[in-house]
Amino acid sequence: MATPTLTETLDLSAKFPGAVTADARPGYTGWIVEAGKLLEVAAFLRDEMGYDLLSSVTGVDYLPDEKMEVVYQAYKTTGGPGIFFKVQAPRLDPIEVPSVVPIWPGADLQEREIWDLYGVKFTGHPDLRRILTWEGFSGHPMRKDWKEAFYEEDAKPFKSRWPEGRIKMAEERNPFGDNVTFDEGFDPEKWTSNDPEEALYTSLKKYTAETSDGIKTDHILVNMGPQHPSTHGVFRAVVILDGETVVSLKPVMGYLHRNHEKIGERNTFLQNMPYTDRLDYFNSMSNNWGYALAVEKLMGVAVPERAEYIRVIMAELSRIQNHLIWTGMMLNDLGAYFTPALYAFEERELILDIFEAVAGSRMMCNYFRFGGLARDLPEGTLEKIKDLVFDRLAAKVDEFDRLLTENEILVARLKGISKLSPEDAVAYSMTGPVLRAAGVPYDIRRAEPYGIYDRFDFDVVTQTDGDMYARYLVRLEEMRQSLRILRQAIAGLPEGPIITGKPQYQVRVPAGEAYGRIEAPKGELGYYVISNGKPNPWRYHVRAPSFINLTALEKMCVGGKIADFVAILGTIDIVLGELDR
Amino acid sequence: MNGKGLLKGLSVTAKRFFDSYLEDVRWLGKKATPEKIAFRSSKDARGTFTVQFPEEKLPVPEEFRYIPFLVYDEAEGSKEIRCTSCGICAKVCPPQCIWIVRTNDPETGKPVPQPAEFYIDADICMNCGLCAEYCPFDAIKMDHDYEIASYHRNVFNLEKLMKPASYYAEIRPHNNQREEEARAAKAAAKAAAAAAKAE
Repeated sequence: MATPTLTETLDLSAKFPGAVTADARPGYTGWIVEAGKLLEVAAFLRDEMGYDLLSSVTGVDYLPDEKMEVVYQAYKTTGGPGIFFKVQAPRLDPIEVPSVVPIWPGADLQEREIWDLYGVKFTGHPDLRRILTWEGFSGHPMRKDWKEAFYEEDAKPFKSRWPEGRIKMAEERNPFGDNVTFDEGFDPEKWTSNDPEEALYTSLKKYTAETSDGIKTDHILVNMGPQHPSTHGVFRAVVILDGETVVSLKPVMGYLHRNHEKIGERNTFLQNMPYTDRLDYFNSMSNNWGYALAVEKLMGVAVPERAEYIRVIMAELSRIQNHLIWTGMMLNDLGAYFTPALYAFEERELILDIFEAVAGSRMMCNYFRFGGLARDLPEGTLEKIKDLVFDRLAAKVDEFDRLLTENEILVARLKGISKLSPEDAVAYSMTGPVLRAAGVPYDIRRAEPYGIYDRFDFDVVTQTDGDMYARYLVRLEEMRQSLRILRQAIAGLPEGPIITGKPQYQVRVPAGEAYGRIEAPKGELGYYVISNGKPNPWRYHVRAPSFINLTALEKMCVGGKIADFVAILGTIDIVLGELDR
Repeated sequence: MNGKGLLKGLSVTAKRFFDSYLEDVRWLGKKATPEKIAFRSSKDARGTFTVQFPEEKLPVPEEFRYIPFLVYDEAEGSKEIRCTSCGICAKVCPPQCIWIVRTNDPETGKPVPQPAEFYIDADICMNCGLCAEYCPFDAIKMDHDYEIASYHRNVFNLEKLMKPASYYAEIRPHNNQREEEARAAKAAAKAAAAAAKAE
């Protein structure tokens, strides 16, 4: 059932002579586009070539070459490989690159992130403000010459640990009060949030309307969060209301920002593996897989059969427990306080028991290694998996179906609300169940199969309405499809080694770039990794579905009621560990 | 009919409600028996799912990992630590929370395969288990004891980290057996090679 690989005969350099050149650096692919021609090339790719989904935009700081690069990855929602193209700019402030938001609105939050972390100004961006760090932040933290307050060395392992490792605790080296740097003349004691907050508030579309009877109305500005029970963490949305109706909305995030990517670039390749667990902490198995996939592409290492099957089993179990917990938490948001959530937790506990037996930890699995897995299934675990898959979970999914699907209150709250058309969903780079609920049958397991997904028989679940009820139905059915894959994977699980070669703690990764992406339960999870042949990655970027799926939040909320905002945020399925990174 | 879906859903809740009482009666007076816990984590689990921590505790699987410890072999009253202070664990540690001072011979100044000091900053440790995974001497292993909450900073020194090999064999019987077999095979191969060389 393998999808035929589309042979890429597209020669951009012939189409745009002088403006586009092939990226000839060893280990790199794609095209380097002249900044001035970027929008023209992007429009050509989207309209003529069908690359309608802009998967990821990110920056890379080539400090030794005095260059700043912006990397774009575009895919077709009909499937097949994607296209990489890059824009380079001299590394001298102000660094300016045209914004692709007019072509792909999904680039909105991502370009803001690049501005925040790399200081690349996107000309023509409608609302270029910092996004992950706070408004008074000094500098652009992902730049290679920016050093954090707790800076020790450029790369791990730190020399102070061995052989003369006389312990010095982090707080001694970096006492509280001295652990932040500010711009010159900036005094945090005197700073008031007025100006930047003004920028945020003015970015909202305001209006003054007059009702037909001549009475002037005014808008109300409401801050939902950062501490609000509906946001499942510290996420804030600023909303302008006309009565109960949402007129305008902006997400504000970064309260949990820890500069995961900077940590990732100090780490060695292997050391990043447990850190990926902490992104979407419900699905550490999927996170591990995406990262392993990217590094395996660079290393050119194959994965043994048994490991491939176990990877599928773990990833699909993870998807089931994610969708279960989503259903439970979603119902919490709707006010069905904790009955469905605790039913969901019960099944999730049993799945986590398996993860604990296999990987040693219920949530922070750290189970994948480059070219395989950390260890084989311990004795008795396969039986437990079989028990769950064949005898329990299918019945429990049906039980959820009976409990919820026809419930009149649930239907009234979800049906017909927050509709997203397939065109909008693709334009806003939505992926995962939200995209499929809008009627676009795009699932990376089928569109560009990774691992051994091309061997399994399963349906890509879609709905046509694009409303919240459709998103619920898609996730419910996806659990059944996951069980279908699991049954096939368990039946086909061969004996054999679980890792290629000897396990190594210091892997050799040839220079080059790779983008590994998987269909995580929340959407497309991608890792963009650049190696320069050293033990640490030069660039490590996470394309987080929770983050990018929020680009369309405003689109989904405007015109609806404020009470539905809570439910809409719930149906997108965000997790703050991944959103804020 | 309006309300049909609600009633259908409530039938699920009702079944769950009665199940929990039926299960309660079945396990009446039996707290934390291994059978009860095994049933709770089997495919047939129903009714009350939770246990009364800390009176009742769920057993942890063999692979469960928490803060590392250092294994020592007991030989005639003395503790022979397996660690050779090679530093691989300190190098592989993602949050860099392992600190090792290597022993140097006081006369020659050459390194001796033994740690002089060994610290793990347990408050920074992320329990990933990479140190135990890549230790070539089976000297550092992940613990099962997860109750380490305290009022102070948890920096573990050599004394606190050392635990006997018998403890390791107890918490990880399968792993221990596998490693002992591998070590025996290695020793046998070495002896055979030495014998072949002597001939």
